[in-house]
Amino acid sequence: MAEEVASATAVEIARMVAGGSISAREVALTFLDRIEKVNSSTNAFLHVNQDWSLSCADLIDQKIARGENPGPLAGVPIAIKDALCIEGAPTTCGSRILEDYRPPYTATVVRRVLEAGAVPIGKTNMDEFAMGSSNESSGFRKCFNPWDLSRAPGGSSGGSAVAVAAGMAPVALGSDTGGSIRQPAAFCGVTGMKPTWGRVSRYGLGAFASSLDQVGPLSRTVEDSALLLSVIAGHDERDSTSLPDPVDDYRSALGSIKGLRVGVPAEYFGEGLDGEVAAAVRAAIATLEEMGASLVEVSLPHLPYAVAAYCIVSMAESSSNLARYDGVHYGARKGGTRGIDELYAGTRAQLLGREVKRRIMLGTFVLSSGYYDAYYLKGLKARRLIRRDFEEAFEKVDVIAGPTTPTAAFRIGEKINDPLAMYLSDIFTISAPLAGIPAISVPCGFTSERLPVGFQIMGRLLDEKTVLSAAAAFQGATDFHEAACPL
Amino acid sequence: MPVEDYDIVIGLESHARLLTETKMFCGCLTRFGAEPNSQTCPVCIGMPGVLPVTNRKAVMLGLRAALAFRCEIPARMRFDRKNYYYPDIPKNYQVSQNYSPVGAGGFVEIEADGVRKRIGLDNIHLEEDAGRLMHPEGSGADYSTVDLNRAGTPLLEIVTRPDMSSLTEVEAYMETLRRTLEALEISDCRMEEGSLRFEASISLKPLGSTTLGKRVEIKNLNSTRAVLNCLEYEIRRQAAALDAGEPLTQETRLYNETTGRSERMRSKEEAHDYRYFPEPDLGPIVVLDEWLDRIRSEMPELPNLRKWRFQEAYSLPAYDAGVLTQKRSIADYFEETIAAAEAMGAEAADLAKQVSNWLMGPILREVNERRVDIAGLNIPPAHLAELVGLIQKGTISKNIAQDLVPIMIETGDPPETIASRRGMIQISDAYAVEKLVSDVLEAHGKQVAEYKDGKKAVLGFLMGQVMRQAKGKANPQVVREILTRTLQS
Repeated sequence: MAEEVASATAVEIARMVAGGSISAREVALTFLDRIEKVNSSTNAFLHVNQDWSLSCADLIDQKIARGENPGPLAGVPIAIKDALCIEGAPTTCGSRILEDYRPPYTATVVRRVLEAGAVPIGKTNMDEFAMGSSNESSGFRKCFNPWDLSRAPGGSSGGSAVAVAAGMAPVALGSDTGGSIRQPAAFCGVTGMKPTWGRVSRYGLGAFASSLDQVGPLSRTVEDSALLLSVIAGHDERDSTSLPDPVDDYRSALGSIKGLRVGVPAEYFGEGLDGEVAAAVRAAIATLEEMGASLVEVSLPHLPYAVAAYCIVSMAESSSNLARYDGVHYGARKGGTRGIDELYAGTRAQLLGREVKRRIMLGTFVLSSGYYDAYYLKGLKARRLIRRDFEEAFEKVDVIAGPTTPTAAFRIGEKINDPLAMYLSDIFTISAPLAGIPAISVPCGFTSERLPVGFQIMGRLLDEKTVLSAAAAFQGATDFHEAACPL
Repeated sequence: MPVEDYDIVIGLESHARLLTETKMFCGCLTRFGAEPNSQTCPVCIGMPGVLPVTNRKAVMLGLRAALAFRCEIPARMRFDRKNYYYPDIPKNYQVSQNYSPVGAGGFVEIEADGVRKRIGLDNIHLEEDAGRLMHPEGSGADYSTVDLNRAGTPLLEIVTRPDMSSLTEVEAYMETLRRTLEALEISDCRMEEGSLRFEASISLKPLGSTTLGKRVEIKNLNSTRAVLNCLEYEIRRQAAALDAGEPLTQETRLYNETTGRSERMRSKEEAHDYRYFPEPDLGPIVVLDEWLDRIRSEMPELPNLRKWRFQEAYSLPAYDAGVLTQKRSIADYFEETIAAAEAMGAEAADLAKQVSNWLMGPILREVNERRVDIAGLNIPPAHLAELVGLIQKGTISKNIAQDLVPIMIETGDPPETIASRRGMIQISDAYAVEKLVSDVLEAHGKQVAEYKDGKKAVLGFLMGQVMRQAKGKANPQVVREILTRTLQS
């Protein structure tokens, strides 16, 4: 039974646990055992608290014993990105400045998955404050790709992607600002979705860039992501930017894609796209066509401005969002016996990492008097143009498909000293958050070095249903998502 | 040159704490004087991951102020972040409004030295208050503490144009602003609790000069007294510097209440760059016409406009009109009393002044002594109207009326009922008075003879005898008339 559980999907685990064929405790022990075995070689988890996980599992088992409904995620172990607050539990956002910080409250999404019966199995590694595309910017330790331990798992939700890819959790929560769920999902050969901005509450997510951040699911199958999204989506009175629109039961809404109009943007297949990645993605698009979808060429002409617009907007917001980490009210404090300015400078200089400081400085610069119009407002303008590109494209098509990343997983150390190359690795994922639209990445093949390739499907605002249907249909016709990593 | 040889240019920024139960962006209470940090939560402490949720009441109060001051109200309003580092703002940014404030332009109409003047507003905007830093008593401590109870309290900032040119105008502006915000229940304006705080900017230039002087901003003004004292000091300081040919610089100064002087805080070059940008954690607020219609329909008359109306419509002196419109409840009471008196048929030309005298005198004295609101005094306007009517008709004397007031408060009964029950009604009936007079004259033949011999002074004695017979309840005017007539016949 334990072996069966280890490779089971969340949907299957919830069915088994609710049906009494296995206890939530046994499930948790199986995955905790796997973490024990492979976490040290991957560093996917920053914090594991076996006692807490097991006591959560026991609560589910007791519920079932009492004949109560244990919820749609009954006994499903879930890995949680360390940017999501859990009352009393470590929540570092990947930063040493929050090393000993324990939040006094729990994030809405975490509360929702716990109420749905999920069992928290640990908190995952990430780039510091979600700033990075390789997990090398973690304030604690690098995280490694289970397909090739010399390669980056992607970022910033690298730990969550690795946890799912290496079988340490069937599902995980991540957050996506410029591709932080989809890019690591692509690099690690798992499914990862960024919902529409506002679909999922951000309350309790340590902020990087408020107007772009969105919490989303990672899993092996699209069906599991659909299940998890149905649990976490919906209005939250503590997040006034969360949308009031009713939430679909995404899993039962998964359907046929016959007649689906799939937009293929020429701009996503230009220079810089690795040949093997291009071939796998073109084959994936052909698969959709074989299943009854029609292909339509679309244009997203402002793609070349996406990286610049993204950098300006996200860094501006982050320079303000991260100002609170100053050593005064909570978190670690360094230096500063000679006045408040020294306390600020000492704490931030010593406890924030290079990438974070780089973005704070750039963000501060673009908001400064005399540069606001030239940079920040221009960035917003470019963002509006990119959004309009999508609106126009979606007049002709239902979804837009293309690669998630220009290359498969790169080597650790390859780009960390070249920030621009690192930012450009997000070229295909940053448009969706700029436009606020939902997007998913699913595995669609391998390179000759047996590295996973991601296939990205983007949809209209709040049309998660169609995006998930297309992705699920693709998985129904392929078995790339079933491939096990060598670890 | 003496101070009179300079044009004085003053603008004020006022921060008024809004009358809401809870904070601007979280559910914490805003009560004053609670244990430090007892009214805080992850949101107002600025913990990682928290998000603001706008207090609807605060937005409505902001819109009420914008309508009252005739500001332009944007169709879509946003909040912006004002970024700067200080330990009393835990996020190191303050959520405020810069690009689309709740009100743009508008004015506050004041009266200074009998002249009405509109002080233009640059804008009014909503924002969250900072916490309070506390420095331990005694010297040598190498730390400070911070109380975040106040952090996140809703504020309305009212920014004038540099339209004030004298301390009299500044005083009138502050007074008008305070009265207006209180009357509209936007703020309680309790200065001792920091509910209304000021910052001033001031420059001087030679009379008639078109070149503006260097603007000096002054912070830390926690009372109207401090504003006036500080500006007075600053005018003298700047005039002396200009006289001596010393250049003034654009700078920010702090007022020290103990020394009565302002001290340099930072120069223009050291000024903050607040890097305002739209708050991405809050969407725009679409201002609905129906909100504005409802606020307009609930809006009371502004105190100054009411004062000026009282002067004109009731021919009241400015002083009376000012006192009566100090509080909305008193002004309402006054008008209800007039209406009740008119309904009872009162038509005296000086009715309003009579009511005003009674109200400003005995009634407000009782209100103050008993520390109650006028509505809680147990004298409804109709009873005061009846009291004034009884005096005018001569049914009771003013002295009796004075005595009646405390009884009216205790019993809640109308004055005529009390007066007749307790036999306090005056004898004004000519027949009854004639009987009293003839009795007294019969008993005092000697004095009557003296009067007839030309010793008119005995009239006072005889008056006293009649009043004594009447046990003080005879109407003295009627007694004097009948006594004189009878003696002369």
